[in-house]
Formats: sequence, C-alpha cells, structure tokens
Amino acid sequence: MIWSLLVAFGVFFILTNGLPPALVYAERKLAAGIQNRVGPNRVGPYGLLQPIADAIKLLFKEDVTPRGADKFLFSIAPILSFVPAALAFAIIPFGNYAGEVRLQVADLNVGILFATAIISLGAYGIAFGGWASNSKFPLLAAVRSSAQLISYEVVMALALVAMIMTYGTVRTEVMVLAQAVPLAETGPFAYLPAWGVFQQPIAFVLFVICCFAENNRAPFDMPECEAELVGGYHTEYSSMKFALFFQGEYIAMTTMSALIVTIFLGGWHFPGMDVADHSVGMGILTILVFMAKLLGVLFFYIWVRWTLPRFRYDQVMRLCWKGCIPIALVNIAITGIIGVLYS
Amino acid sequence: MAGPATTHAPETPSQTGIGERLFLPSVVKGLLSTLRHMMFGESFTVEYPEESVYAVNKFPNDENRRFRGEHILVKDDQGREKCVACMLCSAACPAVCITIVPEEVDWEDRDRRPKVFEIDMLRCIYCGFCEEACPCDAIRLTPAFYQVSRTREEKVYDKEKLLNDDPDDPRGKYQSPIHPGK
Repeated sequence: MIWSLLVAFGVFFILTNGLPPALVYAERKLAAGIQNRVGPNRVGPYGLLQPIADAIKLLFKEDVTPRGADKFLFSIAPILSFVPAALAFAIIPFGNYAGEVRLQVADLNVGILFATAIISLGAYGIAFGGWASNSKFPLLAAVRSSAQLISYEVVMALALVAMIMTYGTVRTEVMVLAQAVPLAETGPFAYLPAWGVFQQPIAFVLFVICCFAENNRAPFDMPECEAELVGGYHTEYSSMKFALFFQGEYIAMTTMSALIVTIFLGGWHFPGMDVADHSVGMGILTILVFMAKLLGVLFFYIWVRWTLPRFRYDQVMRLCWKGCIPIALVNIAITGIIGVLYS
Repeated sequence: MAGPATTHAPETPSQTGIGERLFLPSVVKGLLSTLRHMMFGESFTVEYPEESVYAVNKFPNDENRRFRGEHILVKDDQGREKCVACMLCSAACPAVCITIVPEEVDWEDRDRRPKVFEIDMLRCIYCGFCEEACPCDAIRLTPAFYQVSRTREEKVYDKEKLLNDDPDDPRGKYQSPIHPGK
C-alpha cells in the first residue's frame, strides 16, 4: 500500500513539476526550428540548462506588488492557476499495474467529472490576477479569458458526453480498459485498437480545440495577446509569482494532454499488449507508452502554437458558439442513435 | 440603375473557399509547412563569436554586401590606386572626414594621385556619398563593420590601410576583380 502511494506520487510529481522546465526548453527549441533559428544553445550543452538559468533569474528579481492592488487576491491568483492544473492530474492512469501497485494517484468514481470541475477552477487564477492588479489591461484580459473559458467548457463537456456514452463510464481507469480491445471483431478494422480517436473522431477534434482554448494557448491565447493587452493578465506580475503563472500554464497543458491521451489515445494501452499482465516490467512499459503519447500530444501543442496566428476575439467566440457547439450536439445525437441501434 | 439608390455598401463576395472557411484543411496545410521548416529548414543564425560573419554566407546572392561599412581604395590592374585626387568625395562628405593631399605623377594615363588619403572612421557616418561622387570607382564601402580599436589614432585610416587587398581581410576581398553588383 505504502509502495503504491510512493510510486504513484513519484511519477505524479515528476510529470507535474519536472515536465514544465523541459517543456519550456522544448518550446523554445521547436519554435526556433520552425522559424529557421537555432534557439537557446549557450547555457550548458545544447542550452539544456537554460530553464534553470531562467528560474534563477526569476528568483532574484524584485517581487513587485502594484500600488492599489488587492494584496490578498494578487498573491493567491498564481497559486490558483497552479494548483488545480496539477490536482486534476491525480485521476490520470499513467500505467497499468506494476505488481501490486496501481499506477494512478486516485481512481475516483466521478473520474472525468472531477477533472473538468477542477480544471475550470484555473479560470479563477486568471480572473483574480487580472482583477487584483489594479491595471486596465490585465482586467480586460481577465474578462476575455473568463468569457472564453466558459464558452469552451460547454463544448468540452459536450464532447465528453459523447465519450461517456461510448464507454458507458466516467471512471478513467475503466475508460482505458474499454479502449484496450480491437475496434472490430473482423474485417479491416480488426487491427485497429478501439481507441477513442477511432471511435469518435469528431469528438476528438472538438476536444483538442477546446484543450487549446482552455489552456489559453495559441491560436486562442486571448488573455495574453501582446499586441492588444500588453502581457495580458500577468502584466503586473514579476519574480516567482510570474513564474508560478508560467508553470501553471505548462502544467495545465500537460494535464490536458494527459486527458486527451487517456480519453482518446488509449491511455497506457498499446496494440498487442496483454491487459491482464500485471508484472513490474509490463507496468514500466505502460508508463513509457503513456509518456510517449503524452509527449506526442505536447509536441502537437507546441507545433500548433508556432504555426497558427491568433484568432480575433469575435472569431474565437463565433467558432465556439456557431461552429463547435452545433457539431458537438449533432455528434451526441448520432452517438445516441448508434448506441440504441447496436445494443 | 433601376431600383432606388441604396446607402448600403454592396455585399463583398467571400474571397475564401470552403476549405479555408472550415479552417481545418488550411490548418493542416500550415502544420505541414512548419514541419518542413522544422525538419529540413536550415538555420539562418550566424552564431557570432564562434562563426565569423564574413566567413559564412547564409544569405543567397550575398545580400549583406549592400551593407555600408568601412571603405577601401580600389587598385587598378597595375596595383596602383585608381584615385586621381579630384577631391569630389571629400566635397560630398557631409561629415567632413576625408582628407586628401594630391601630388603630381608622370604616369601615362593620369598625372595626379593622392599623396595623403585619410578617412576618419570616427567621424564617418557611412552614408556612401563618397562612393556615389567618385567618377573613377576608386572608393567603395564594404560590408566590413568591426569597429574595434584601442586608440582613436587607429581609426584614422591612411592610404596604406585603405588600399588593403588581402583576400582574407573582410575589406580587402572586395578589391577584386570588380565589385559585384556595381
């Protein structure tokens, strides 16, 4: 029991706290590659120590609280954007069993619902940060961000409803097991695993779009569009408070990617594996498979960010309410009809 | 026009096709484009202290030769300066940084040359007027831009320095044979 907790929390800690610096480095390197540049290469071999240099710099910067700012909210906002993102990771099964150890921090019976509820709390971090700064641009960013997050949460929930109908459960562990079977008994699809992306491609696309919007990542990075809002909600932040915002953003990205992997890309499952094999070696292998998928999705996040220009604000809203929501509703209806016909 | 005049602007026809209005096909196209740059694109960065700006040529057609840096005095095919000390460059110079003292020579093709030709690089504003004013193509601006010296005196370039034709020198390699692009 104590071992399972230690292993689970160890991997959890690495994923939520070790990954963001690596992601910052990867982001800068990939951005450089896309833009035909070199990227960080001065600090350490291949610039690998750049994130550490950045962190040290941020630690030694002056921690400024603007005059007239609401001190309590101003201090608590970065924490509010950091904690929920890391917390939601708890329900992600990042591997099968390793011996007796269940590779998941918490197997909640409300599963996905817990994740969506907790991730929504991240909006408070942005809203409070913008409000408490006593500055007009962060406030505008906060207002925009709140509207955007509320809108896209609707689409996200609708996409999830279709998936819950498909799997017949909200428990993430059971969802992964439901994907660990062939897509069809016979025919050309028998070689494909029953991953969510093959069963529900439309829900997958919608969910990925929502993840970008929920994380305030390009092309939906409304809260921090430099051209209009200076730096967005963290304009007035400096030092480690800013760093916490920054890290929260990357952890939210990791958590969202993990959700995509769990719901749509088969979690820790890979074709040809024996789900009943609970040996330690198999457990480690499943962790590696999960990590590979996670890094693939994160790569996609970065890739998209440096490819697409930012949407205009009204375009973001139109895409959500007039584009995604009708499609999501139709998708649910089709899923329901197929479910009734085949049961 | 038959109907009543309308104040409404005519509806502009949509310039975008169905692919662009659905976003996703265009997004995929863009993603493939950036992937190509990521995988096969060569970096344009000159990694300065390790790489010499003059040694690498990352720009097709050597675009950076248009840069106006330090001057050279051009030599003719007999290795003599082309300059005939007509003083047009020093007259054109808005910073008054060119000092010329002419002297007589008894060469077949000309009878004047500069005895002293000095450019004060600390005063020069690199406008290129001297190059434009010169009737003999005798003075040129090169892309050389290192402006390092220990004393002010070093930055007053005399005739010997200006007549540099060392092909390894950032200025000298623009001596011969003909300044490309002229």
